[in-house]
Amino acid sequence: MDKTITLLDPTAELEAPDRTLLPRLGSLEGKTIGLLDISKPRGKEFLDEVERQLLALGLDLEIKRYQKPTFTRVAPLQLVQQISVDCDALIEGLAD
Amino acid sequence: MERTQSKQPNEANQSELSAPSAEFEYALFVKKDCPTCALLEPVFEQLQQNLGPALAIFSQDDASFPSAVSNPIDDTALEHSYKAKIEFVPTLIKRQNGVESGRVYGWDKQQWREFTQFDALAADSSLPEFRPGCGSKTLEPGMEEQLQLRYEQDKLKARKLLANADDDLIETCYEKGWSDGLPVVPPTPIRVLRMLNATECAADEIIGLVPPDRAPCSVEKVAINAVLAGCTPEYFPVVLATVRAALQDPFCMHGLLCTTYFSSPVVIVNGPAARLIGMNSGINALGQGNRANATIGRALQLVIRNVGGGKPGGIDRATLGSPGKYTFCFSEDESEPSWNSLAMDQGFQRNDSVVSLFAGDGVQAVADQRSRTPESLIGTLSRSLRNVCHNKLFLTADALLILCHEHRRIFMEAGWSKQDVKTALFDALRTPGKDIIRGAGGITEGMPESFADKDVDKFRKQGLHILCAGGKAGFFSAIVGGWAASGERGSQLVSQQITMN
Repeated sequence: MDKTITLLDPTAELEAPDRTLLPRLGSLEGKTIGLLDISKPRGKEFLDEVERQLLALGLDLEIKRYQKPTFTRVAPLQLVQQISVDCDALIEGLAD
Repeated sequence: MERTQSKQPNEANQSELSAPSAEFEYALFVKKDCPTCALLEPVFEQLQQNLGPALAIFSQDDASFPSAVSNPIDDTALEHSYKAKIEFVPTLIKRQNGVESGRVYGWDKQQWREFTQFDALAADSSLPEFRPGCGSKTLEPGMEEQLQLRYEQDKLKARKLLANADDDLIETCYEKGWSDGLPVVPPTPIRVLRMLNATECAADEIIGLVPPDRAPCSVEKVAINAVLAGCTPEYFPVVLATVRAALQDPFCMHGLLCTTYFSSPVVIVNGPAARLIGMNSGINALGQGNRANATIGRALQLVIRNVGGGKPGGIDRATLGSPGKYTFCFSEDESEPSWNSLAMDQGFQRNDSVVSLFAGDGVQAVADQRSRTPESLIGTLSRSLRNVCHNKLFLTADALLILCHEHRRIFMEAGWSKQDVKTALFDALRTPGKDIIRGAGGITEGMPESFADKDVDKFRKQGLHILCAGGKAGFFSAIVGGWAASGERGSQLVSQQITMN
């Protein structure tokens, strides 16, 4: 019984992308932290609170705020590049 | 020389005709089983004497036929006949510089003389002036597909997975995660080849990046998923246009797939293509029972699932979803020439075949069996349309208004155009902002306070699309509410012309 039937793969044949994490920050001391609002309702309130709590840590850190034009699309390349240049870490307010 | 030979198998697939010798100028295809071929044996012999090695004779069913000629080429595997697209025997093909310049088939003495520039052909015989040939062996029932599988499988680039022939292949497809929950048609190479035959597009053409994985999608991958969905090859041009439409940026397929909202693509087909493939625009147009309606919409969903990786619970985060996420596809009734179709509203001509995609939810009924004037009916329709997304949320979700015949007839008999209907609906829906802001009416949901002093339209200017479908009887129209992220910040209705072969 060596009968086989060929089926063609309907998927994109993507192997699970082997993405390694960037090195974790040992401390937030002296770092720049980005806060990204994806333009979902009340994202600003959420990130305001995150900012308040970060600053309350009493560390020497800088906060930068960013906003996506719309939550429905991936961030524009220019914004991604800007964040990667500006920040050591990013916190994203993902959904409402 | 060896290097040249090793290249030939690849090159042969590209050429019009492959043969042992590239030198010949004429190729003759014959079949012993054909009475005309048998009758013409003396002619074939005469041609060979006259043309010598410039004539190659391919025998489809018996390598020793025609017995009167020397060295007929054994084409019982039908490779040469298939690649030369022979439909009849005998067929005589003329080639110049290796490329076909013409062909004759059957037997017409005068025609063959002119074609071969050989006035003495069959001069001494008592052959008839004319005799039809027979069908090529390549066209026997089921044969063409077998030959395609044998000689064209190399154009299939998708990963090949071997299944045990004793297994239930439908279950195999389930196990591999290719199904939307309903059984799929196992995508065997022959089925995919048949699908690809229905388009002029190259199998390896990349038509775009499918979200959410942004995976490059070839025409072949669309064909495989069209097979899974249960499409027939004649639907494939419509499926291809549908996928292309979904990948247009304004449609925002990525966000539409990810959203917690209900919406997914609603596929509307206009123009001759819809009628040619037998789509349903009439009774139960939005329902079950028509293969084209059912499988074209499903094929798009399966492309998103399988190529794009968009699966419920994964990137698809819909809170409730909608039955339309299996398939939501229909054609518009275009029987009334005085009303523009949806495609015409998008700038196409009535004779264009067009697929349009709308990011929509389920079907909301609008029953009105009493109104007989446009004004009364506008009242009914506008009150129902106001509920799209939320009674107090305006300029948020677009909508499709699918008028039934009975309702459209009321407008038409009063001399109203579609634009008249749209204008009246906008007027009827325009609402003082104070009535719909947050907190108004004791309901926290609503428009921001900044709208309080404005008169607010329910829909953005391009946010209401009116079309017609359904059976001739019944005063029941339908609203399909749009995504809560409609318009430039999310999804807009997109259209794509269908290229029929």
